[in-house]
Amino acid sequence: MSIDLSQFHQVFFEESYEGLDVMESALLNLQPDSVDPETINEIFRAAHSIKGGSGTFGFNDVASFTHVVETLLDEIRGGVRNITSETVDLFLRSVDCIRRMIQQHDAGEPCDIPEAQELKASFEAMLAGGSSAPAEETAEDDKSVSEESSTPARKGWKIYFKPELDVLRTGNDPLRMFRELESLGSLRVTADTSALPLISAIDPEACYLAWTLELDADVPQSDVDEVFEWVVDESDLKITPLALDGGSTEQGEPSTSGSTPTEEPSDDTTRLTEGLTAADSEQQSAENPNSQPAESATATEQTAELKPAEAKPAVAKPAAAASKTEKAKTEVSSIRVGIDKVDDLINMVGELVITQSMLGELGLDFTIESLPKLLEGIEQLSQNTRELQESVMRIRMLPISFTFSRFPRLVHDLSRTMGKKIELKLSGEQTELDKTVMEKIGDPLVHLVRNSLDHGIETPEDRIKAGKPETGTITLNAFHQSGNIVIQIIDDGAGLNKARILEKAKQNGLVSEGDMLTDDQINDLIFRPGFSTADQISDISGRGVGMDVVRRNINELNGSVEVESTEGEGSVFTIRLPLTLAILDGQLIRVGNHTYILPLISIVESIQSFQGMLHRVVGGCDLLRLRDEYVPIIQLASIFNIESDAKDMDDGLLVVVEGDNMKVAILIDDLEAQQQVVIKSLEENYKKVDGVSGATILGDGTVSLILDIAGLIKLAGVQRYEYKSVSGGDDYAA
Amino acid sequence: MAKILAVDDSASMRQMVSFTLKGAGHEVVEAADGKQALEKAKGTQVDLVLSDVNMPVMDGLTLVKELRALPSYKFTPILMLTTESTGDKKMAGKQAGATGWLVKPFNPDQLLATIKKVLG
Repeated sequence: MSIDLSQFHQVFFEESYEGLDVMESALLNLQPDSVDPETINEIFRAAHSIKGGSGTFGFNDVASFTHVVETLLDEIRGGVRNITSETVDLFLRSVDCIRRMIQQHDAGEPCDIPEAQELKASFEAMLAGGSSAPAEETAEDDKSVSEESSTPARKGWKIYFKPELDVLRTGNDPLRMFRELESLGSLRVTADTSALPLISAIDPEACYLAWTLELDADVPQSDVDEVFEWVVDESDLKITPLALDGGSTEQGEPSTSGSTPTEEPSDDTTRLTEGLTAADSEQQSAENPNSQPAESATATEQTAELKPAEAKPAVAKPAAAASKTEKAKTEVSSIRVGIDKVDDLINMVGELVITQSMLGELGLDFTIESLPKLLEGIEQLSQNTRELQESVMRIRMLPISFTFSRFPRLVHDLSRTMGKKIELKLSGEQTELDKTVMEKIGDPLVHLVRNSLDHGIETPEDRIKAGKPETGTITLNAFHQSGNIVIQIIDDGAGLNKARILEKAKQNGLVSEGDMLTDDQINDLIFRPGFSTADQISDISGRGVGMDVVRRNINELNGSVEVESTEGEGSVFTIRLPLTLAILDGQLIRVGNHTYILPLISIVESIQSFQGMLHRVVGGCDLLRLRDEYVPIIQLASIFNIESDAKDMDDGLLVVVEGDNMKVAILIDDLEAQQQVVIKSLEENYKKVDGVSGATILGDGTVSLILDIAGLIKLAGVQRYEYKSVSGGDDYAA
Repeated sequence: MAKILAVDDSASMRQMVSFTLKGAGHEVVEAADGKQALEKAKGTQVDLVLSDVNMPVMDGLTLVKELRALPSYKFTPILMLTTESTGDKKMAGKQAGATGWLVKPFNPDQLLATIKKVLG
C-alpha cells in the first residue's frame, strides 16, 4: 500500500510554525534561575512533535537538526543539565533555524542553511560536554542480516517461550504471536502446563503456560525476534537454530538478548545522525541531496565570519522577512474565523430576511394607512444593515496579539545586544482590528519599540544613578476608543530631551532662533523629516529611516501618532487608527455642485467668519492666522478647476485639517452631513489621481471623491509652514 | 475491520495515521491528548489504541494506566508511538501496561504491518 505523504505536508508545516511560536514564547518567559518544569515540558513537546513529523514526512534535515535540540531539552527536562541564558539563546537561534528550514520546504526550495550546521555543532559540543545522549534507534527497515548465526542445515528455529504471568495484562496475547510465526512458515506448538496451579488458586487473568515451538522457515533470526519484540524483556525466551537442536550453539549461549538488530547503543551522535539520514533516505525518497550532514568547508567559513552579536540581527532580519512573506502567502488564501462570528452573521441574515418579507408584503398592498408600518420597516432595515455591516467587518478582525507576539523576542534580542535590562509588558492583546490595518502597522510599531529601546530606556548604570530600578519597562497597550483602535508604546526611560531637540531643529533649520514653541510642539519635531538626535547613529533605530516615515505610514492609514513625554520619567507614543480600511468616517463638503469627502479624523476645526484673520500673500499662498499660527489656505475650486458659489473668499467656509505633519485650511462652500462611507479604490478601478485617495457612492447614487490631504498639499504647492512667534496655547486638539 | 483510537497532539501525524488506517478498511477515532482519548475510549469500545507518549494535558503513559484500570480495556492492545527507544522508556511503557511500541519515524506500511501483529 503506497500513500502519498505529501498531502499531509501543509498541515505539518502549519503545525510546526505554531510549535515554533510556542517554543519561542516559552523560551522567552524562561527564568534560568527558577525553571518551571511545565515550561520545559512544553518546549520539549513542541520540538518532539516537529522532530517526529519531519522524520515521518521525509524532511530529514529538520529531523536530524531537531533531534539534537530535543536531546539537550530532554537532559534539561530530566534534570541532568541546568539551563543558562546561553542555552536559551542557543535554543532561540535554533528555533529561527528550524523555522527557516521549514519555510524552505514549504516554499519547495532546496534547503540550504549553513547556520544549521554551525548550530548543530554547538549543540553537539554541548552534549558531548555533559552526559552522553541516549542512543537513537535507526529506522525499522534498516535490517542487517549480518547478525544471523551460521546458516543451519535444517532451515528453521526452535523457540522456548515462557512469558511472565502478567503478559495478558499488557494486551499481549501469545496466540497472536504464534499466528504471526505461522505466517513465516510451518509451526508446531507444544504447550507446557506444568506451572498451572490448583484450580482454587488460579488467577484467571494470569498466564501460567510455557511453549516450545518449532518453526520450519528459512528466515533470519531477526524475523523471529521481532515477533517477541514487545515481551522479550519480561519473558524467558530461547531461540536456537533447529539444526543445533538441543546442542550448544556456536555462540555459546542461546540468544536471549532483547536488543533487536536495529538498535545501536552508541553514544556517538554524529554516527547516529548519519545512520538516521542514511536509513531514512533509503526509506523515503527525500529530494534533499544537500541535506546530508557531510559538511562543506565553505559553509562553515561563511558563518564563522559572523560574530554572534552581529549575526543575530543579520539572521533575524531575513527570518522576519521570510515569515512575513510566508504569512502573506498563507493568509491571502484563508482566514480563521471564530464560529461565534459566523453564528452572529447567520442570525443577522435571518433578521434581514424577515424584514425583507415584511416590506415585501407591505409593497404588495400598499395604502397610505400603512405608512407608519413602512417607516418602521425601513428603520428596522437600516438597523439590520448596520448590524450586518459590523458583523461582516468583524470577520476580518483579528486580535492585535498577532502583531504583539513578535515583540518579546525582538526586545529580548535587542536588549542583550545593547546591554540594557528591559522588561516588556503587553496589555490589551485581545483588542481586535482589521487584518489589513494590522499588516500595515507592524513595521511602524517595530520602529517605535526599537526607538524606545534605543533612545528611551537608559543603561542599567544610568538608571541606578537616576534612582530608578535598573530594569526598564516598555509597555505595549491597545484598546478601543470611539471607533478607533489606540496603540500605546510606553517606556519609563529618560524621556525626550527638549533642549537637545530644539538645538537640533535649529541646526536643521526647522525652527528659527526667535521661535517660541510649546512643549508639545517641540516633542512633535521628532516626526519631521531628517531629524535624528541619536548622538551616534546606532544600528538599532538610526537607519536613516526616521520617525517621519513612521508618521507618514500611519497617516496613510488615516491614523495619527503623537508623543507625550516627561523628562526623566519616560515617553508615551500614542497611535490612533481606524479599525478598518474599508470604511471611513467622512465629512461631506460641497464646492459648487460637487460633493467631496474629508476624513473626519483629519479635521481640526471649521471657521465660518474669518474676516480679519486673512493674510493675502502676493504671488503665494494666502494664510489664515489661527490664534498663534499661520495656516496656508487651499482653494479647492481653483485646484480642481470647478465653479464655486463663493464669489469672494469671505463668502466661503474654512475647514482646518491636518495632514502630512502640517495644518492647512481648505476653502469650501458648505459643510454637509457626516457619515460612514465605504471606500472604493480609484486606483484599481480607474487610475491614481493626485489629491484623491478613493471614491464612494452616496445614498442618492452619486459618486463622490474622498480627498487626500497630503496629496492636496502637494497639488497646491504649499510651502512648509514655518513656526512664527508662538506664545503658549496648545493647538493640538486631540 | 477493527475500530482504532489514534491519539497524538500533532494533527499531521494524526491525519497520516488515520488516513492510512482508513485506507486499510479500519474505523478510526481520533484524539489530541490523553484526556480526550480516555473520554472517547469510555464512550465507545475500540479494538486497539495507538498513542503518542508526549502530549499536553495527559501524556501517553498516564493514558495507558487509566485505560488499563477500566474493565473493558484490560486486555485491549495499546501501542505507544515513540521516538524514544531507550530501555527505560520502554520499561516505563510496559509497566504502565502498554502492549508494545512503534518507533517514529514510521511509514504507512510499517504502521500497517505493526497493527496486523496485534489485530491478527
